[in-house]
Amino acid sequence: MNYLSKLMCFTLLSALLNAPAVIAAPAPQPAKGTPAATTAPGSQTQPAAVIPQAISFNRLMRAPTRRHMPPLEDGLRDPANAETALLQPPLDVYASLPRFPSDLGNGVAWVKAVNEGKIKPRWDRLDPAAEPMIMDMSVVRVPKGTMPDVVFPHKEHTQWLDCSNCHPDIFIPQKGANQISMAAIILGQKCGVCHGKVAFPVSECRLCHSQARQDTAAAATPAKAKGGAKP
Amino acid sequence: MSFFIRHNLIGRALLLWSFVLTAAFIYTQPAHAEYGDVVINNYSDKAGMRPVVFPHWFHRVRFTCKVCHADLGFKFKAGGNDIDMVKIIDGQFCGACHDGKIAWSVNSCNLCHSGKPGTPTQVHESTLQELVAPAKSAPTVAPAVAK
Repeated sequence: MNYLSKLMCFTLLSALLNAPAVIAAPAPQPAKGTPAATTAPGSQTQPAAVIPQAISFNRLMRAPTRRHMPPLEDGLRDPANAETALLQPPLDVYASLPRFPSDLGNGVAWVKAVNEGKIKPRWDRLDPAAEPMIMDMSVVRVPKGTMPDVVFPHKEHTQWLDCSNCHPDIFIPQKGANQISMAAIILGQKCGVCHGKVAFPVSECRLCHSQARQDTAAAATPAKAKGGAKP
Repeated sequence: MSFFIRHNLIGRALLLWSFVLTAAFIYTQPAHAEYGDVVINNYSDKAGMRPVVFPHWFHRVRFTCKVCHADLGFKFKAGGNDIDMVKIIDGQFCGACHDGKIAWSVNSCNLCHSGKPGTPTQVHESTLQELVAPAKSAPTVAPAVAK
C-alpha cells in the first residue's frame, strides 16, 4: 500500500511537472522568425505559427494564445457551415508579409508590405493601374505627459486612405483644432477610428510616439534648442 | 492502514484533478479570429441566417481602405452601415464588388454568412471590445439585438 501511494504521488508530480512543458512546448518552434510554411489552402490544419506573449501594459487585455487560426478554428465562424472550409486561412497570406515582432494586431507590417511590393492593394475598385495621391507631410504633436512626441506621417496614411476619410469629420485640417487623448483613442475616436480596430493597435506605443521630446531637450540645453510648438 | 487508504484517495483525486487542469489548459485556450474581423449582425439572426464575418485582412491585401471607405461609402463603424441584401443586389456596399465579376456573387450566401449564430455585431479584438466592453463579444444564446 505504501508503494502504491508513492507511485501515485510520483505520477501526480510528473503530471503536474509535465503540464507546463506540454503548454510551453509549441512556443519555441515558431521563434525561428518566419511563420511556418503554409499547407494547401484546402487543409485547415496548419499550426498557429506565432509566439504567445503576455501584454504587459494592461493586465485586462487577454494574452494572445492561439492566433491567426484558419477559419474553421477561429472561434468566430461556424464550423458547421460547409463553406467555412473554403475561406482562405490568414497564414496563407501572412507567411510572405513582413511582420511586427510583437505580433500585436494582425502582426503584419502593412505599410512595409506595400513599400516592399509584397502586396499591391488596388487604389481603384476597377482600375488596377490607379495610383494613390501621396501627400508627404508629417505633423508633430506634443503630448501632455512624458511620452515622446507623436509624429503623424501623412505619407503612409495617404497610401491607403483618401483625404475625405479623415478630413473634416474626424480631424479638422487645422493646426491646434483637434483635441486628442488616449482615452478618446481607446474609445474608438480620433486615431482610434482605425488604430485599435484594423490598423496597428494602441499597444504599439512607440510607432506613434516616436520622436524624442523637444521640450525636455530644451530644458536640458536651454541655450540651443527651442521648445516644440503645440500643434 | 486507514491513513494510507485516505492518502491514496487524496492522491487519486489530485491526480485526476491534475489531468482535468492539464486538459483545461490545453483545450480551452480561446482561438482568436483575426484582428479587425467584423461581425455584422444587423438583420441576419432575425432572418435565420448566420451573421456575416467580414475579414478586413483579406480585403486590405487586395484593396486600399479608400476603395470601400471613400468610394463605396462604408462608414468606419461596425453595424453602422445599414446594409441589406436588396442594396447588395442593387450594387451598393458589398454588391459593388460581390457581383460575380470582381468577387463571388450573392449566390454564395454562406461564404459571407459564416459566423456562429448569435454572435453580436463587433470588431473582433478591437480595443473597445478588449478593454472597454469585454463581455460584449461572446456569442449569446438568444440573438443579440442589433444596434
